[in-house]
Amino acid sequence: MKASPYAFISPFFIFFGAFSLVPLLYTAWYSLHNVQLSDLDNQTWAGLDNYQNLLSSDFFWNSLWVTLVIGVISTVPQLIMAIGLAHLLNYKLRGSTVWRVVMLTPYATSVAAATLVFVLLYSWDGGMINWLLDFVGVDPINWRESDWGSKFAVSTIVIWRWTGYNALIYLAAMQAIPADLYESASLDGANRWQQFRHVTVPQLRPTILFTVVVSTIGATQLFGEPLLFGGVSGSKGGSGHDYQTLGLYMYDQGWVIGNLGKASAIAWSMFLILLLIAVINLLVSRRLRKSQ
Amino acid sequence: MRARTRTGRRKVVVLAAVASLGAGLLAGCAEDSGGGSSNSDGGDGGSGKTTLSIGTFGVFGYKQAGLYDEYMKLNPDVSIKENVTTRTDVYWPKTLTRLQAGAGTDDIQAIEIMNVTEAVETQADKFVDLGKEVDKSQWLDWKNAQATTKDGKQIGLGTDVGPMAICYRKDLFEKAGLETDRTKLAEQWKGDWGKYVDLGKQYMEKAPRGTKFVDSASSVYNAALGGEPERYYETDGTVIWDKSDSVKKAWDVAMEVATSDMSAKLKQFDKPWDQGYSNGTFATVACPAWMIGYIQEKSGASGKGKWDVAAAPTAANWGGAFLGVPTASKNQKEAVKLAKWLTAPEQQAKVFAKQASFPSTPSAYADLKPAAATSAYFSNAPITEIFSKSAETIPSQYFGIKDQPINTALTDIGILQVEQKGKSPEEGWDAATKEIKDVLGQ
Repeated sequence: MKASPYAFISPFFIFFGAFSLVPLLYTAWYSLHNVQLSDLDNQTWAGLDNYQNLLSSDFFWNSLWVTLVIGVISTVPQLIMAIGLAHLLNYKLRGSTVWRVVMLTPYATSVAAATLVFVLLYSWDGGMINWLLDFVGVDPINWRESDWGSKFAVSTIVIWRWTGYNALIYLAAMQAIPADLYESASLDGANRWQQFRHVTVPQLRPTILFTVVVSTIGATQLFGEPLLFGGVSGSKGGSGHDYQTLGLYMYDQGWVIGNLGKASAIAWSMFLILLLIAVINLLVSRRLRKSQ
Repeated sequence: MRARTRTGRRKVVVLAAVASLGAGLLAGCAEDSGGGSSNSDGGDGGSGKTTLSIGTFGVFGYKQAGLYDEYMKLNPDVSIKENVTTRTDVYWPKTLTRLQAGAGTDDIQAIEIMNVTEAVETQADKFVDLGKEVDKSQWLDWKNAQATTKDGKQIGLGTDVGPMAICYRKDLFEKAGLETDRTKLAEQWKGDWGKYVDLGKQYMEKAPRGTKFVDSASSVYNAALGGEPERYYETDGTVIWDKSDSVKKAWDVAMEVATSDMSAKLKQFDKPWDQGYSNGTFATVACPAWMIGYIQEKSGASGKGKWDVAAAPTAANWGGAFLGVPTASKNQKEAVKLAKWLTAPEQQAKVFAKQASFPSTPSAYADLKPAAATSAYFSNAPITEIFSKSAETIPSQYFGIKDQPINTALTDIGILQVEQKGKSPEEGWDAATKEIKDVLGQ
């Protein structure tokens, strides 16, 4: 009788073990060796060489920086816009289901399809964005090869895809906020903006934390958008590595250059960074709960 | 969402979520690169038949030229299944891991020229020695040499080669006041890519509005390097990329293009490059034989009769492939038979007729005929003559193990920085150097 719940959840853990945990540990083993893609059986012990190599590599620090920058400039506007949109959707609207479905469509588009459209929009020669800029008298920008331009462009793809998704999560949380809180606030003379600031946002705090964590994880693993944005040899993230995220750097090392040991070390570094984020999240959420 | 669960469980959940996401990334990334894999069945695999699978990348043209059907008609007890992976950069890592696992390989595996040294030097024991099965003299010597190990084992049979020519827009040349006759042009730049660049400067003086002389500096670099005796490695495997005169020469020519105004600054095989063809924004491109069909397709009706083909400054090769039979194949004998048949001169000629992939077997050259539509498209240029002449004088180049990533570093980092980010040639060279050091783990 007691065993059945475990039996029900066991498929997940069996699959998790076979397809996640084992590769994870195997990757750790690889990261301590020199392994070439063309010579997998011939592994030589490297100790922490791969990690040391990373710490002294400009490319690694660059990709960490790129990941951080793109993470910030995509996550922050994304979440702010999502809250705003959720607030608007929370009013009694005609055809509210339609709006909600529309919000979710970018999320349902594949990364590849979305990115290819953005590549065309951002095309240097004849792209729509440069064409619009031309109207305001701005010279065409070579989006793919400009330092901040490319980071901005990649961020817009992420923002476009994920804003609606986050808005729906916020909306769900907003609808769980008891209506009497708003009633008493309006009795106290609070206008809509004040209600939003002093009722909605504080009530949403755990949800905001959740979306921040999920977005941060997503940002750390950012891969498909910059790869496809770069087109041919996209794993370099542009000729100046301007949008080579950690994920791209790992892919470039492992599958393009064929240095699996180093690629595994990058993978594990990413994993450790994510663990660190999880710990920070725990601490922050604990503090938040205490302050409530 | 109201997070009111107990902290302990939450911790586990968060950690598990993070761990699974992290691990999912480690395990799943190879699939994310956008390269699709698809099966294209050549037969129904009916009972009692031997089913041979052949793993290829890009478009080999065997199916298109009807070769599978023909072979199955000749050998009713064989059915053929082709597994196509669109992108080489997805195909090759996958094939490498399967070869080493000794499982999951196809009965025949195609090998791209950029990867052939890696296959020869690290995977030779995973392939059947095909040299013993055929009359090697049918193929170009340099083609055989590239797939042969030091102790004489040949791991693959040559399919096509990529002799280069210069494809140019006659109409744009005329407007710019340049010579338009293919023989005279070839004479003008013969033996020296620098002369080709000089012509580009002349073109730019009177260039038709919105057009440039060449598609990119990188394409000139690749073409120029392809005509040199050396690349990035000595034949004993020593890396000499930064000392090689050949590389320096090609680099200097590319720098002249990158720092002038004559390049349309496109990346080859990128969407904007395709658009460049249809809008006619560049007047020349170094074109290997297999690019002929591509140009025809991308330039479309508007380019018909405007393109012409002239011999390149130097005879160079770009691209081509081999067919190998993995020892893991359960139908080795049948697979070898099929590989031999597919790479025989007659079959190579059929593929040429279909999509202008140029044969690596000179005996096929005498009666090669491009499709009538292709000839008309390229102003009736004697395409086969130009390419076969080039094919027979191409220097035998040695491709090193990391040839491809080194080449990418030079073109897509070094040259691109100069061409598109306005860096100086020295800065571009330094950036490429740094990249290559990273590639080689120095």
